[in-house]
Amino acid sequence: MELDKIEQLLEKYFEGETTLAEEQQLKNYFSSAVVASHLQQYQPLFGYYAVAAQEKPQQEFHLKSNQNQPLKWISIAASVVILLGVGFFAFNHFSAIEKPSSELGTYDDPQQAFEQTQKALAMLSKQVNVGIGSMQYVQQYENTKDQIFITE
Amino acid sequence: MNSNEFLHLITPFKDKVFRLAKRLLVSTEEAEDAAQEVMLKLWNKNQSLSEYQSVEALAMTMTRNYCLDQLKSKRASNLQIVHQNFTNRDPSLQQQLEDADALDWVSKIINNLPEQQKMIVQLRDIEQQEFSEIAKILEMNETAVRVALSRARKTIRENMTKTHSYGIG
Repeated sequence: MELDKIEQLLEKYFEGETTLAEEQQLKNYFSSAVVASHLQQYQPLFGYYAVAAQEKPQQEFHLKSNQNQPLKWISIAASVVILLGVGFFAFNHFSAIEKPSSELGTYDDPQQAFEQTQKALAMLSKQVNVGIGSMQYVQQYENTKDQIFITE
Repeated sequence: MNSNEFLHLITPFKDKVFRLAKRLLVSTEEAEDAAQEVMLKLWNKNQSLSEYQSVEALAMTMTRNYCLDQLKSKRASNLQIVHQNFTNRDPSLQQQLEDADALDWVSKIINNLPEQQKMIVQLRDIEQQEFSEIAKILEMNETAVRVALSRARKTIRENMTKTHSYGIG
């Protein structure tokens, strides 16, 4: 194609007035081996258009939504958390009931239970007697007071 | 419409949708996500699809709206991780880019255009669509499309002559 026609087309091209067919002519010209040296600066431009039109996505389009996937995983995670929570609660709850009975110590033999109870009560009353013992002094004061101030 | 028919329907333009999304969002992964999202929206519209004259134009408009929304929400957040943010403000970076492939350089120039012009260049020069179709997709009138296209092409030319006269490109 004549050079002046190409130049004309280029001028029109930059004004946005070329038709698709004319633009195709330009693309063909710039992809050919013979491009006038002063027009070579436009070669990459038209070359790029051709390359860019070939670009394709790497992954194929699929109809199943990607968004459902996280939701599924979230529901699985949630159910695991709930199960763990219930299990943990049950474990704590039931072992909490069992613990006191084992720690307080129960006796199957009544005789032994009686002895242990006596021992415990004796220990208690001994402590109470210690407290009363220290109150003996107070009683002494009371007696002495009665000797001094004879009341009617 | 069953899924096979739907896949058959979208085959002619699904790559186009991806390319438009990539033009706007720059990153391939984001563009793939966007294309996927648009196709799913189309699939959900399944029943009403027959009401549209051109499913392709509808898909392209949806892509445009979706991508612009994405860009807007990304700009609104503090995290600015859009690729176009590390462009040629820095002269040394520009130098590096110029050393790269000439085609790559063209794509950088196009990606620096305003979004409207980017989309028009994509649809016209790359996808070779008629002005009437572009006008419909972008919801503009044809004259405005022509004016914006001319402006975009001139900006590209300006940037290319600049690099060309520096002996690169």
